[in-house]
Amino acid sequence: MSAQAAPSEENQTPAPAKQKTGAELLLDALQEQGVEVIFGYPGGAVLPIYDALFQRDSIRHILVRHEQGAAHAAEGYARATGKVGVLLVTSGPGATNAVTGLTDALLDSVPIVCITGQVPRKLIGTDAFQECDTVGITRSCTKHNYLAPSAERLPAIVHEAFHIAKNGRPGPVVIDIPKDVQFERADYTPRAQAKVRDCVPATRVSSTQIEQAVELMRQARKPVLYTGGGIVNSGPQASAALRMLARETGFPVTSTLMGLGAFPASDPQWLGMLGMHGSLEANNAMHDCDVMVCIGARFDDRVTGRLDAFSPNSRKIHVDIDPSSINKNVPVDIALVADAGAAMEALIHEWRRRNAANPHDKARLDLWRRQIEAWRARKSFSYAPCDKAIKPQLAVERLYALTRGKNVYITTEVGQHQMWAAQHFHFEEPNHWMTSGGLGTMGYGLPAALGVQTAFPDALVIDIAGDASVQMTMQEMSTAVQHDLPIKVFILNNAYLGMVRQWQELLHGGRYSHSYSASLPDFVKLAEAYGCVGLRAERPDELDSKIGEMLSVNRPVIFDCVVTQEENVFPMIPSGAAHNEMLFGDAEARRHEVSAKGKVLV
Amino acid sequence: MADDAPPAPIVADEGPAREAILAAIVDNEPGVLARIVGLVSARGYNIESLTVAETDVERHTSRITLVTRGSDAKIEQIKAQLARLVPVRRVIDVTQERDALERELALIKVVNAGEQRVESMRLAEIFRARALDTTHTSFVFEITGARAKINAFIELMQPLGLKEVSRTGVLSIRRGTGVD
Repeated sequence: MSAQAAPSEENQTPAPAKQKTGAELLLDALQEQGVEVIFGYPGGAVLPIYDALFQRDSIRHILVRHEQGAAHAAEGYARATGKVGVLLVTSGPGATNAVTGLTDALLDSVPIVCITGQVPRKLIGTDAFQECDTVGITRSCTKHNYLAPSAERLPAIVHEAFHIAKNGRPGPVVIDIPKDVQFERADYTPRAQAKVRDCVPATRVSSTQIEQAVELMRQARKPVLYTGGGIVNSGPQASAALRMLARETGFPVTSTLMGLGAFPASDPQWLGMLGMHGSLEANNAMHDCDVMVCIGARFDDRVTGRLDAFSPNSRKIHVDIDPSSINKNVPVDIALVADAGAAMEALIHEWRRRNAANPHDKARLDLWRRQIEAWRARKSFSYAPCDKAIKPQLAVERLYALTRGKNVYITTEVGQHQMWAAQHFHFEEPNHWMTSGGLGTMGYGLPAALGVQTAFPDALVIDIAGDASVQMTMQEMSTAVQHDLPIKVFILNNAYLGMVRQWQELLHGGRYSHSYSASLPDFVKLAEAYGCVGLRAERPDELDSKIGEMLSVNRPVIFDCVVTQEENVFPMIPSGAAHNEMLFGDAEARRHEVSAKGKVLV
Repeated sequence: MADDAPPAPIVADEGPAREAILAAIVDNEPGVLARIVGLVSARGYNIESLTVAETDVERHTSRITLVTRGSDAKIEQIKAQLARLVPVRRVIDVTQERDALERELALIKVVNAGEQRVESMRLAEIFRARALDTTHTSFVFEITGARAKINAFIELMQPLGLKEVSRTGVLSIRRGTGVD
């Protein structure tokens, strides 16, 4: 369908018949933006859009079972493909149900565009049926939002919304469209003619700062590259630049939860994830380093622990595309406001230029490397094996081992299973790991897996889940069956709200207040009820064969992996503690007294 | 600090607080004021005063001037957060600019008699405040000036029967030929 109306011969102004309805203009604009799939749920205030959708085959629609699922599916799609994810929901409850997903996307910098229906313009403010102040409610959980004032303005708004979703630090954008605007006729505004605003002024990497940064890096004896989701967001060339930067400098690399995959886990310079449940070598390297190069991460509290004891003796370089992330939590010495990929390429270029004149002495790092190897030898992710019951760590390890070499995408829910997945599943490539880091949304993983599977129908998409989290969006199994999305939901079932239970054990004297899930559903029967495949493993000796069975099925699967109930995630930096005050095992954890200050922190 | 008060968050030392006058040039579109106010309150900053009006009809922009308090680091953070909003075209830290002018208007009611009445009249003259309304027992003064001057006048009126104050909030503009 042509985006521009053919010029009329008789009339200067286009005849009304050539004009299109707001609903059609919306779909034209989405199509021009390259949208192939929409996750949505119809309702009264979006019926004209669904009617227009009915008449065109070029945009696929995935019918979710709850609008939160649509938002997470759009997030999963966006994070796996690097494109903007799109969801379409109705007014009132449709919009409010999407709020969790929008907030999740804001905190994790995921580009999504959410289209919401609204009551007709004349009814706005009258408490009409299914009316809510969508732009008011979503103002603080989006990068920007719009109430489309007319069909004429709608296409330009859509074009700007897509630009804003991707520009600078990515994030969610809402377009609220009153129902009468969807019927109103107007002319289309092509993308090239739409005015768009930037979120942050486009900046060039300052060569002086690059020179200063490289000078600092060359002097380092104990450097570390602290990387984050900004590298994944920047695109595959940024991951390539990171690998090159690490190879050129010989610096060890750690990453936040969000950045896993940007640097290959098999590389000897890889330290593992850092932070509250990160590896000993990563956290100690952060604490003891003399030069920290932070690229596309934001000194989040899960990473820094106690701020006044955070990496006390280091000079810090911070690369971030969002100026508000700089000096927000931790003051830095050199701040580069830039795209992660572009900044790393500039660093590599300057590093090489300096090396040509005066080669960098790699032996400067020998002591540091030896120290890191000593920490690594502690094997901080290890756990006590058990031959009677399945340890959750073992389950993730076996899942990793049995899926190696396959094109596998992992999503997770939030809690203990998420940390075990981050510790024991290893990633070689970016965009293969989808988890809710900032908001910590239980129920994220299952719908996110649907989004990934929609983008890559032939890939192996596994949601590593917990028995509690998965029930928050369990109804989306119905979506998986309806749309032939063969996702695998791998539940580490310990019958507890595991992370809550762990904190209650360590911080609240073992008083397990409401953290035990009595009367869990029979997940195998539940799978069958949804029309998918249910599998259960209860003993270590049947784990591999059951996982093999799961992988051989080309249909959605719920895998109930019954694991030991009282396993805790270690190592752990308790709340309010510094990076070098890690706890390793249960005995040590019980001896540890969390300070009153620490207890207040989340 | 009382025992039951929550401990302060564990953060690096922030340094002394200062008052900052920030001006934002914004696209005059629905909701822009709500965005600014919402951002400031959601992030736990305090607004001491706020003025807003469309100032350039052709470019369709408004100028929002707000007064807030915080350490240098915190003010920088507020500026960066404001600048992130899509309709915000630029943010000016008026307090840091040498060539910035600031003015505020206040209406001040004092109720007094005798010696106090004469004294308030005399001080009003010194501050170039105008009596807008007079009764035998009261004045309403109008005063314009920098925020500090108005604060000083209000303080002086305190023992002289000060009853009520109404202030516009701070306005700012650049000296000379430069424009924002």
